[in-house]
Formats: sequence, structure tokens, C-alpha cells
Amino acid sequence: MPKTPLDIGLIRADFPILNRELASGKKLVYLDSTATAQKPIAVINAMDEFYRLNNANIHRGIHTLAEESTAMYEKARQQIADFINASAAREVIYTRNTTESINLVAYTWARANLKAGDVIILTEMEHHSNLVPWQILTAERGVRLEFVPVTDDYLFDMDAYRELLKLEPKLISFTHMSNVLGTINPAKEIIRLAHEAGALTLVDGAQSVPHLPVDVQDLDADFMAFSAHKMVGPTGIGALYGKMDLLQSMPPFLGGGDMIRTVHLREFVANEVPYKFEAGTPAIAEAIGFGAAAAYLQNIGMDAVAAHEHEMTEYVLERLAEIPGIKVFGPEAEHKGAVASFEMDGVHPHDVAQILDSEGIAVRAGHHCAQPLHEMCGVQSTTRASFYLYNTKEEVDALVEGIYKVKKIFG
Amino acid sequence: MDDLYRQIIIERYKTPHYRGHLDPHDIFFEDDNPTCGDHIEITVQVEDGVVKSAAFDGHGCSISQAAADLLIESIHGKPLDEVKALTKDDVIELLGIELGPVRLKCALLSLKVLKAGAYGLGKEEVSDALVE
Ligand SMILES: Cc1ncc(COP(=O)(O)O)c(C=O)c1O
Repeated sequence: MPKTPLDIGLIRADFPILNRELASGKKLVYLDSTATAQKPIAVINAMDEFYRLNNANIHRGIHTLAEESTAMYEKARQQIADFINASAAREVIYTRNTTESINLVAYTWARANLKAGDVIILTEMEHHSNLVPWQILTAERGVRLEFVPVTDDYLFDMDAYRELLKLEPKLISFTHMSNVLGTINPAKEIIRLAHEAGALTLVDGAQSVPHLPVDVQDLDADFMAFSAHKMVGPTGIGALYGKMDLLQSMPPFLGGGDMIRTVHLREFVANEVPYKFEAGTPAIAEAIGFGAAAAYLQNIGMDAVAAHEHEMTEYVLERLAEIPGIKVFGPEAEHKGAVASFEMDGVHPHDVAQILDSEGIAVRAGHHCAQPLHEMCGVQSTTRASFYLYNTKEEVDALVEGIYKVKKIFG
Repeated sequence: MDDLYRQIIIERYKTPHYRGHLDPHDIFFEDDNPTCGDHIEITVQVEDGVVKSAAFDGHGCSISQAAADLLIESIHGKPLDEVKALTKDDVIELLGIELGPVRLKCALLSLKVLKAGAYGLGKEEVSDALVE
């Protein structure tokens, strides 16, 4: 790995919260970006300025503010489309988050196209948001779910996948990067094989879009779901990318204002894509913040972000390996994003997280919305430290010191 | 912090006095804390309306396990009516620490299970209202 081209000092200066002191008098060490990322001034200001200067409802107004707001909302869609290299802004549908994006596909495309016995392939490393919508569909429609196992090395089992493709599945819905193991799945190959087998693909990009360079055209993904809040944007907004012909063929999602072209008492004509899927007044300021987040990351460069995180991954794995009684779940650094979920002999993750908190270190304890994966790993829950573009090796060192404090208390 | 991890909590977590499963028993109940997967089951033997013996089993963080152990200890010899009337403050007093909202849930899981069992509730009837 070449030396990181990121100037972390400059980047940290963009994130006001990183200077915060906690009640314990310690400086914040934020290692929970996989749950949600911190926000740079560029994003905070974009939303603040919108409310101070431009705020109006979009699409239906003639006045100046309405025109400005509409233009800003649509410019953000273009920034997000550019970020994932979608061929047109119209292929980006605003949703509330990854979860809603996946549900949108389950409620519209899947209900229009799948019947009893049709096969959907998922993996054993999915977040609950890419399991439950399909379980609901199964209960309703008799659709059949199959799961690509995780190998002993915590990787996507390609051989098992090739076997499952013989079932002629209609859809493969898989996470691009596991939020627990950090496993980066070979999305391009998974999608190529799915298409050869005649199936469509939905990529859960909740973790990959914030942390890796993602190009939906190069991947040839049919759908991609992601959330703004994990990529330094605001909460309350996410996106579904879909190929234009697919989006056009799908029935609408929620009914109401904005998603219609004309309405009569007993019928309506749906609006064009993407508005067809955006019923009601959307999260306008959040969309603008989302666009600013995409522009912020694009300006820094996702290759540089990924390279920095790879360095962090190697370093944290090396440091945790030095501590007796710690087991990290996940593959080698080569296939892994900057996430370290671990178990500590004789100490429950809640206790680990609580003691780390007293040192100012924010980590997450629990099953991280991936209970089946934890069952597979043979644990109830884990402690998870995760890293982003603003984290430093000194913070990894602080984590390691904190873990030694846990050991001392539970000695 | 050193308050939160008082010696008694670490000790009871590592070597609980009342871990086990009583058979036969008059009361059995179990439940989980969905946010962290902690699990507690409680068995109680009752004689003439008084707790003769009780035990807990399960897994979870030090707060949830120590609270269960101390709670079970405290109900030995208590009339069932008094057990039904236990509140969150009783558990906080047993632990002797201040807790934030998340860890409070850990601490109160065993009380919730105990009271649901004492009242003979069904799984769907259990709610946080039991321990408020
Ligand atoms: C892999 C993965 N998928 C989906 C989600 C759900 O994202 P959201 O809660 O923003 O809908 C997450 C969030 O933790 C995730 O990590």
C-alpha cells in the first residue's frame, strides 16, 4: 500500500463534532461510523443555508423560492448519480434509507413479477433490512429464499453460489460489504453470473457506497440501495438506484401527491420516473445535504478514502491480534472493510462498550442487526469498532489501551 | 466508571450464587432483551404463598447477570405478594449504582421475567410497564 494521500488533519477539521469533549473529560474517539458517520461542515452548512435562504416546497410552485428549492433538490440528485456513476440522474430515487430502498423493490418489482415457488437468493451475511422484506414476501407469496453460505474464511461462497444459480433464481439480493465482518463481496462477478443465469440483482450498498469507489454501470447492478447518513450525509434520506427500463416497468410504491401525472376520483396516471416513486413532500433539506455529502466525498476521492481505510484495517487487525483473549470475526485485511467486530473472553460486549465509553471511545455492542450471522459465528453479540476517512492510528491505539482497561476491571 | 463496576457486580457476574434451574418448580418464565440478545430464565418454588427457593439462568452483560443474582437472593423467604410488588427502585438499590436508559434495561430484565412469572402472564402480555 502506498502512503495515504489523505491529509487526515485537514479532514478532521471539517468535522466539528470530532473536537468534542465528553463528560468524562476525554476527547471523543468516534469508532462507530458503520452505524452512522459524522457530518462535515459542508453538509451541515448546505442544509442550514437552505433553511435560511431557499426553503419552499418543491415541484408545484412558481415563486422564486419554490424554483430555487426544486433546482437544489434536483441538483443533489445529479450529484448522487455522479457519485455512483449512474447514467442519468433519473435513475436515482430518493427514499428514507437503505431499508426503504430494499422494501421499495420488494413491494413493487417483486410483487409485480414473482409468484409462488420463484427463487430469491440472499446470503448468510445480510443485515436484517435485506432479510425481513423478503421473509414478508415469502409469507405472502410463497416465494422461496435460498442463502449463499459464508466460508470458514468469512467470504462469500462462490462455489455454493454457482450451484444455487442452477435453481433459476429471479433475483440475487446481497450486501456489497458486511457491516459485521467487513467482508467485501465480489459484486461484479456475482452480478455477471446472476445475469448469465437470467436473474436480476439488488446490491445492498449501505456500507460499500460510503467506503469504496462504486460504479453502478461498471458493476452492471440492476438495483443499488444506500443511505446518506452512512456517507457523511444527514439521516432521513437514502437512495435506490435502478436501471431506467426496470424502473419504468415497475408499478408505483406509495400513492399520493407528486407521484401522479393526473388524478380522477377513481383512477390515476402515474408520474414519470423517478417521481413515480416519490409520493408526498420529500425530505428536501436532507436531499440537499445528501448531494453535498456526495460532492464532499467525490472531491476527496473515493480511491483515497478506500486506501486510508485499508491502512486502518491492517493496523487495527495487527494491534488486536496482540491482545490475548480477543477474537476478531471477519476475513483477512485484503477482503475487508474497516470494521473490527470482536469477542473478548469472559466479558460481555455491553461491558466492553461501557468501559470504552468511559475513555471517550464510542463503539457499538450487540448483534448489529445481523442476528443470523452472529448465530453462524456462534456468538450472541460482538463489540464493533469501525473506521472512516477521519479516523487515525492514534485512535486505534486508544482503543487498544481501552481494551486493556476492560481486562483490568474484569481481571 | 469504577462506581458502575462495583466489586459486587463483577463478583456476582463471575461467580453467581443462584445460577441454576429448579425442578420441580411452581413458577417458570423466560424472556430476552431484543436490543442485545440477553436472556434470563427464572424458576421459583413456592410454599404457602412464600418463596422457598429460586434460581436464574441465562446469559448477558455483567449488569444483567449480577442484577438477576442479587434479585433472586433478595426474594428468598418473601411472600409472593411482595415479589409482585417489587419495582425498578428495588433493583437499583440492590445494585447500588446509577444507570443510563440502555443499561437500565439490562438491569431490569430479571425483574420483568420474575414479575411476569409471579403474575402468571403469557409471553405476549409482558411489557416494560411491569417494571416501571
Ligand atoms: C449492510 C447494511 N445494510 C442495510 C443497512 C440499513 O441501513 P438503514 O438503517 O440506513 O436503512 C445497514 C445499516 O446498518 C447496513 O450496514
